[in-house]
Amino acid sequence: MAFALTPNTLFGRQRTGTFRKTYSVLPGFNLSLGYTLGYLTLIVLIPIAAVFLKTSELSFAEFWKVVTAPRVLASYKLSFGASMIAAAINAVFGLMLAWVLVRYSFPGKRIVDALVDLPFALPTAVAGIALTALYARNGWIGQYVEGVLGIKIAFAPAGVLVALVFIGLPFVVRTVQPILEDLETELEEAAASLGARRWQTFRYVLLPILLPALLTGFALAFARAVGEYGSVIFIAGNIPLVSEITPLIIITKLEQYDYVGATAVALVMLLFSFVLLLVINALQAWSSRSIGGSR
Amino acid sequence: MISRTSHRSTRFERNLATREAPWVKWTLLTLSLSFFALFLILPLVSVFFEALRKGWEVYLLSITEETALAAIKLTVLIAFISVPLNLVFGVAAAWLIAKHDFRGKQLLTTFIDLPFSVSPVIVGLMYMLVFGANGWFGAWLVEHDLKVIFAVPGIVLATIFVTFPFVARELIPLMQAQGRDEEEAAVVLGANGWQTFWYVTLPNVKWGLLYGVILSNARAMGEFGAVSVVSGKIRGQTNTMPLHVEILYNEYNFAAAFAVASLLALLALVTLVIKTWVEHRASSHFNATHMVPADVNTLSPRVMP
Repeated sequence: MAFALTPNTLFGRQRTGTFRKTYSVLPGFNLSLGYTLGYLTLIVLIPIAAVFLKTSELSFAEFWKVVTAPRVLASYKLSFGASMIAAAINAVFGLMLAWVLVRYSFPGKRIVDALVDLPFALPTAVAGIALTALYARNGWIGQYVEGVLGIKIAFAPAGVLVALVFIGLPFVVRTVQPILEDLETELEEAAASLGARRWQTFRYVLLPILLPALLTGFALAFARAVGEYGSVIFIAGNIPLVSEITPLIIITKLEQYDYVGATAVALVMLLFSFVLLLVINALQAWSSRSIGGSR
Repeated sequence: MISRTSHRSTRFERNLATREAPWVKWTLLTLSLSFFALFLILPLVSVFFEALRKGWEVYLLSITEETALAAIKLTVLIAFISVPLNLVFGVAAAWLIAKHDFRGKQLLTTFIDLPFSVSPVIVGLMYMLVFGANGWFGAWLVEHDLKVIFAVPGIVLATIFVTFPFVARELIPLMQAQGRDEEEAAVVLGANGWQTFWYVTLPNVKWGLLYGVILSNARAMGEFGAVSVVSGKIRGQTNTMPLHVEILYNEYNFAAAFAVASLLALLALVTLVIKTWVEHRASSHFNATHMVPADVNTLSPRVMP
């Protein structure tokens, strides 16, 4: 990033990224390696391994039957569909908000900037009951949307969408914002001097530069939304086949002491998250490359 | 993130090439700020409004009632145990990754990020499989009369998992950006490892460290999904504040539910205030000591799921 030209990172870059072990005069390698690996194994790796081992108690046919039951399929459709739409809404409004925060001045800008992170800091259960109160039939928003327009949001699939939009917004803003701030005005000046209109400059100069970050933000918001539980269950109504999300299926199975079934569904979600994690890593690598290239 | 200009027009607005027509600017401002108000401000305001709907007396009664106090105590205890453990881990992992080169570093970094991509519900489930009555260590735990699931240790473990990467994620890029020269100089001059860390590295990363601690504290106190699976929700014993909110809400005791929720919302607001302050301090500290142009990128809030 912007530090690429300081001597520190230049020196660091030459040495990292190779596979041979380079000698470092700094102590603590064995201690920190041992501690990190031990703690990681204990807290993260063993529990994750438990999911895979528990699922292996099922034959593949049984596993397939559990993870493709109609109620489970309906929950995938809702979880993944609503997450996708919510992430798309966040990509549009998140880009707009990042743009406004970087490019314009307006009263209260610092407060808006600080509050963008609210969904990270506000416990999901609190967000869930607040959104439900707002969108219920007698709520501040619900009384107009449901009472006047007749569109049901709380206790319906639309409620899931609202909750997922809430929790995903900062991901897009916070990935796009630094890129926008680092952007050199020379690019736009060159485009303008060559006769590009403002929209053309945005479409053909800025958007391609922002795209990797925007997609990263989209993917992060999507990944978070798929696994979200706390903010959704209050507002969703949790009607089987209609507004039941996949994490709730896992909880329901657990409450019926169906550990194997719960684990099978969890495995599907875990595998999906791992794939998404790889995609996000690739997107981030692309993002830092394309920013480096634009310099 | 701290904007460098507040009420004066930004450099973009003064430059003809980077300026939009006024109607475009106002449309963008109106759309994005309405969206912001609708999705972020309104829910926040409604928490406090609903909490005080039945007056201060009900509010105070709801948060000083016995089970509410027990929930508050438990929540503080959980954060008090899990945050320091993850702090030590975060420092060790950052020291390892930022100050040493070794095979498999990239893989290790991915593993450290892994907890971010696991659904909280699955976190709870995983600990059930390991420590539950029918789990791997279930029989052994029963034999020794130890309780993990449906007890405080289970809640602590689930909380540690969900807040696992925060400190490490915050420190690694910061320590990488600062390089190794200062530490190497300290070692060459005869400092031992702890002295180097304590007097050279720590002062350089203290703001990032504080930032990671604040974020993991907020998440630790507010975690719902993972904790709800392993807690058993025994009132007065294994009920954390978010779980207490859920129980009250499901009992249609809305005023009390929102009263406890408002405490959590206050915690969130305090977190954001400290975070903004820390970022401000971090960027001025960094500019002063390193004499490089302000770069929000290195110190900006990284995306924290």
